[in-house]
Amino acid sequence: MTELSLVQAVNLALKRAMADDSKVLVLGEDVGIDGGVFRATDGLLKLYGEQRVLDTPLAEASIAGVSIGLAAQGFRPVAEIQFAGFAYSCIDQLINHASRLRARTRGRLSCPMVLRLPAGGGIKAVEHHSESPEAMFAHIPGLKVVIPSSPARAYGLLLSAIRDPDPVVFLEPTRLYRAARENVEDDGVGLPLERCAVLRAGKNVTLVSWGAMLKETLEAAEQLAAENIEAEVIDVATLKPLDAATILQSVARTGRLVIVHEAPLTCGFGAEIAARVAERALTSLLAPIERVAGYDTMMPYPRTEGFYMPSLERIVAAARRAMAYT
Amino acid sequence: MTIAAQFDISFTQILNPAGEAIGPLPEFARAPDQLIALYRAMVLNRTFDAKAIALQRTGRLGTYASSLGQEAVAVGVAAAMRPDDVLLPSFREHGAQLWRGVTLKELFLYWGGDERGNDFAGPRQDFPNCVPVASHAPHAVGVALAFRLRGEKRAAACLFGDGATSKGDVAEALNMAGVWKAPVVFVVNNNGWAISVPRAKQTAAATLAQKAIAAGIAGEQVDGNDVIAVRTVMERALERAREGQGPSLIEALTYRLSDHTTADDASRYRDDAEVSRHWPAEPVARLRSYLARCHSWDKDKEEALLQECSHAVDRAADDYLATPPLPPAAMFDRAYAVLPADLAEQAAAAGAPMEGAP
Repeated sequence: MTELSLVQAVNLALKRAMADDSKVLVLGEDVGIDGGVFRATDGLLKLYGEQRVLDTPLAEASIAGVSIGLAAQGFRPVAEIQFAGFAYSCIDQLINHASRLRARTRGRLSCPMVLRLPAGGGIKAVEHHSESPEAMFAHIPGLKVVIPSSPARAYGLLLSAIRDPDPVVFLEPTRLYRAARENVEDDGVGLPLERCAVLRAGKNVTLVSWGAMLKETLEAAEQLAAENIEAEVIDVATLKPLDAATILQSVARTGRLVIVHEAPLTCGFGAEIAARVAERALTSLLAPIERVAGYDTMMPYPRTEGFYMPSLERIVAAARRAMAYT
Repeated sequence: MTIAAQFDISFTQILNPAGEAIGPLPEFARAPDQLIALYRAMVLNRTFDAKAIALQRTGRLGTYASSLGQEAVAVGVAAAMRPDDVLLPSFREHGAQLWRGVTLKELFLYWGGDERGNDFAGPRQDFPNCVPVASHAPHAVGVALAFRLRGEKRAAACLFGDGATSKGDVAEALNMAGVWKAPVVFVVNNNGWAISVPRAKQTAAATLAQKAIAAGIAGEQVDGNDVIAVRTVMERALERAREGQGPSLIEALTYRLSDHTTADDASRYRDDAEVSRHWPAEPVARLRSYLARCHSWDKDKEEALLQECSHAVDRAADDYLATPPLPPAAMFDRAYAVLPADLAEQAAAAGAPMEGAP
């Protein structure tokens, strides 16, 4: 066991996946000698050489497109886009090709690729470097969308994403890259996709989030505990396909739901979770569903991004409102 | 001032529009049976085309993209390929697909709106059509890179139209292929029209082949109505690719004698006179003239071939029309390798039993 940051855990998972399967390739801008702008691919070139660690020309759409060709030929490309904000040009490739290659060929061809996207705000980055586009990807049939919330979960989820026979968009919260370390065992064991993780048990209110926002969400649960409010905290982890059952079962017990995400409110993934709960657990609800989200604005420049990001105070206030509702 | 670099674009033609050989013939063209095979493939392509349009006009096929006049590009490219090369077509290369073993029935199924039309029994690694223009160009680089990484002497052949060369996907793909010396040959089926936009309004570039120069790869033009020339330049380019000498871009100059698709009416934007001017250069009559000139072809052989192609196409069309549509469960059963629980719920709600799911 070693104490690792999230970005080191990503690096460890990549090393492990490449050691286990010679079909795993890493490609992207600056992933070679530079080890990636966040160092997620540090050392891979030295270990596996230019045949398996490919620096690409600066062309995001084609990084996704080339990965599709490689994947259809039986490789398992793990492509890095430097920031999620530069992945919008990849969406054509993901929607029109990667996500439907299996379906449109009746399974003759498939696309086992991973697109790794550093995502999210709170790192005082220059504009376009703090995006949270997960809901856009989650709207694409045939894709899987995964977001880890800790180093150990990043390691296990990334291994599973790479081993998955279908295309996975893997969003890595940049705010967590170097935030905290935890023990990560390099045991090669993947965490199941399609499974929410219950990070904290509680019976009064369900707090649902994913990625970096789990930090504030867990802190909120701690603060609520001091007020004798027991919050259950669920890490969605895989947005698509969604493990709705875990959320529904929790809401059935607590009767209260607060969804927390950094992405803009409208059509954010919280809307999907709220809809599922309204469809399946309406009668369990003791209070209206609360969404604590980013605003329907541009992600502001760093000097004001703190106003945009869902804060601990906003989460706690939403939970209190849910508790106070009669 | 000095000249930093200079470039040329060559143009290859072997048969002129009258069907006369204007230069030395390549080895394969000296044997009549090989030329007859090319001729037969173009006639089959054209017969399929006519049947598909007839079926569409009578409500028995979906919108269809005709390849009338462009058969030599598709057939010439495919004839130059080896079976273990991989084809990445746009959506007008029926002749190439047929040559490579896609069946007439599969083509009818595809254009009739059935995914089984992409589940080729023959060329298992070939890509299905790419309807969103040019977005398959980077796939070809990925496929070619896979060959190179495995040390296989194979190549990818990627076709797209003149309009596609205006898109970033093509620029990116040519560039990446050049950097990696990926064994891929890109072929522009320059048929003069991108729906209603003529070639002159597509780009200010003098040729489309010169787009290769900016990417540092080989670029050349060929008479796309001369199947012998297309096969010749394509064979050379594929061989260079397989031997690690880098990718190429071939601009095949041809003409779209048909509407863009059955949903299009070209009379809205194109003079009939222009179309009439291009008929004398069309590829099928050109090779027929040459074959007749060499005493390898006559009226009886022509009759017999037309009949054979008609029968094959009609049989396949009947077979397609007699094929029931996929059951609703098919929407779900290939969405993922393993059906997610979340989607299984939707399938159940849709009343689609999921037996036989992989």
